[in-house]
Amino acid sequence: MADIAREHGMTVIVKTVTRLTLAFILLYGIYIALNGHISPGGGFVGGVIVALSFVHVMLAFGKEAALKRLHSKGLRLAVNIGALMFLYIVMMRFAWKFPAGRFIIEKMRPHEIFANEIILPLCELAIVGAGLFTVFIALVLLCKYEEKIEKEK
Amino acid sequence: MTAYILCLVLFSIGLYCALRKRNVVKIIIGIGIMEYAANFLFVLIGYRSGGRSPIYANDQVIKSMVDPLPQAVVAVAIVLNLSVTLLLVAIAIKLYEKYGTFDITKINDLKG
Amino acid sequence: MAFIPFFIAIPLGAAFLISLAGKRFRASSGPIACAASLFLLAASLAIVKPVLAHKTLVYRVGNWLPPFGIPMIVDSLTALMLVLAGIVVFFVTIYSIGYMKPYTDKWKYYTLLMLLVGGSNGVLLAGDIFNMFVFLEIASISVYALVAYGTEKHSLEGAFKYAVMSSIGSVFIFLGIAILYSYTSTLNMADMAAVLMQKGPGMIVPFVTTLFLVGFGLKAGLMPFHAWLPDAYSAAPATVPALSSGVLIKVLGLYAISRIVFNVFGINAEVSNILVILGSLSMVGGSILAFGQTKMKRLLGYSSISQVGYIAIGLGVGTPLALFGSIFYLLNHSLSKALLFLSAGAIEHSTGTDELGSIRGTCRRSPLAGWASLVGALSISGIPPLGGFWAKLIIIFACIQAGRPMLAFLMVLASIFTLIYYFKAFTGVLFGSESEKSRPFEKALSPHMALALFCLTALVVAAGLVLLPGKWQALINGAVGVLSGGRDYAIILFGAMR
Repeated sequence: MADIAREHGMTVIVKTVTRLTLAFILLYGIYIALNGHISPGGGFVGGVIVALSFVHVMLAFGKEAALKRLHSKGLRLAVNIGALMFLYIVMMRFAWKFPAGRFIIEKMRPHEIFANEIILPLCELAIVGAGLFTVFIALVLLCKYEEKIEKEK
Repeated sequence: MTAYILCLVLFSIGLYCALRKRNVVKIIIGIGIMEYAANFLFVLIGYRSGGRSPIYANDQVIKSMVDPLPQAVVAVAIVLNLSVTLLLVAIAIKLYEKYGTFDITKINDLKG
Repeated sequence: MAFIPFFIAIPLGAAFLISLAGKRFRASSGPIACAASLFLLAASLAIVKPVLAHKTLVYRVGNWLPPFGIPMIVDSLTALMLVLAGIVVFFVTIYSIGYMKPYTDKWKYYTLLMLLVGGSNGVLLAGDIFNMFVFLEIASISVYALVAYGTEKHSLEGAFKYAVMSSIGSVFIFLGIAILYSYTSTLNMADMAAVLMQKGPGMIVPFVTTLFLVGFGLKAGLMPFHAWLPDAYSAAPATVPALSSGVLIKVLGLYAISRIVFNVFGINAEVSNILVILGSLSMVGGSILAFGQTKMKRLLGYSSISQVGYIAIGLGVGTPLALFGSIFYLLNHSLSKALLFLSAGAIEHSTGTDELGSIRGTCRRSPLAGWASLVGALSISGIPPLGGFWAKLIIIFACIQAGRPMLAFLMVLASIFTLIYYFKAFTGVLFGSESEKSRPFEKALSPHMALALFCLTALVVAAGLVLLPGKWQALINGAVGVLSGGRDYAIILFGAMR
């Protein structure tokens, strides 16, 4: 009985409320991340809140339903691309020394896209949010593995 | 003044818990309490009397603001401590799988 | 000078590149890591000449002026430790390509390795105390995960004990930073030194010094805080103790505490005494505890505790000659201990066991690993003409010169103990004849492992030549100048930053 309840998530009330509030939690996390330069917050805290929204989905709907929607490959991609964008921004400072880099800067003007207030917090958010959720998935899957071992015994 | 002393008392409670308890989960909770107490102390240090939150507002008269630096530092420190706690919990789960017990006095294969 | 942030950017970039590409292209994670560590070694060697010329290089992140901005500072001590860390990491990475073959999911190992390197470089370069704390945590978390890498029973137990004790140390450090911030209201280390010179120590600075000694002592493995070290070292794959003992103990523990105590607080008699007492306790206690060990990596772990005591005594005595001796000893010990751990790993790779009684006749069967172990053990025990002898001699002379003959006697005693337990442990392993309990040497060393062992042996033998006048001796002298100059660090830095 407890297994069935755990597999299919929580009650109907929790599921409905989760569906309604999920967008707001994500929006709140992104708001905190983007407003990091004038109010407390920044990418770190925003990432934690975004990860919490994913964790909320997993708690309310059960493990299988949540894992079907949010692939682990996408998470790894988010973490790594977020970190590599940081590196790219560092490299941009040195790009004007090389002719190829100068060409890119003049023609495509990436430094106007990578404004400091928008992209950087989003990178931090990607890293922290995806990273935290990956660890949560790992812990959850560990529990699942342990249950399987107990059932086999 | 009492607020600072209470933070240090909380830190000592966490330290006692991390040092003396036998259950692995309680040790992790003890380390968590120590981290929370240290974060508390840091944010409290930034308080200026009569200050408001450190956000500019052009339409209000601002007398004094609290210090924003501890808030930024604690935001980073919370995430760092969170990662450490997550790693400790993951190791604890695996320890339970391998040793079958959460008692730290029994997880004692490496001796000498 | 503008390539200072590359010391942190390259390992972190390599870590995330390996994490992206390593799962798909399995063979690419090793070469990426090797390329990154080669870049780091080249960059750290390239920065020695500007540091010798300009004395201090400062890179302001984002061009914010001090004290608001976060600077990255390279002075002689930092440059020396960057070179040392670069050498050890490069050879350990090459060795790992051969050693990690039986493990699965190698990209995780290389990612953690690169994160570790990035974290320790960040601690070395930090001019801002909270920046140093963040990078210290990055390096520490990577090494907790690396110790647990094999996820066998003993690895997990060692990793858990290490993680608990070391994170308690981190929380102590964070509490110290908090209280220090409340007194000086700045996080920039040079600015903090200037404010403390104006305001005077008061009652806060001794309290914070105690917190930092506990915190960084837990990271460095000084005696009352050593309990994690043997367990963590005996259970991890052999490259992890080589990195930890060669780089992390020095950088996260000894470098950080000496930077803070010498350059920010100003050394005084009480702190020197405490360092001397902790050091002598580690030195003698580590040697005595090492006698009864039957496993090689555990023995080497206790030996590390003992040698860290030597360096702490040198730092505590504080005269320029003692500082020279302890920095030179730090150099020697990093290289020799890394060599010893790597050759212990090679022996374990060949025979499959770690017990001292079960390994016999290494010099005949697997000559490279055997002779590498011999050179490393001779260097640490202090046999001339290898570097360890000169370093111990310099520290002992400095103790006698400073008027502390008791310390010199303790150091000689500890050296004799060290020689005894290495002799007892290694004669059987290296030269003994086969007995019934000994295991045969089945697998041969892979070429990567052999190359790393050979190069490190050559470096350990050449480390004694650093004492001859030249670029390296000037670098060590510069490092001594940084530490013995004390608060002048702040004045030099404000001059260099404007």
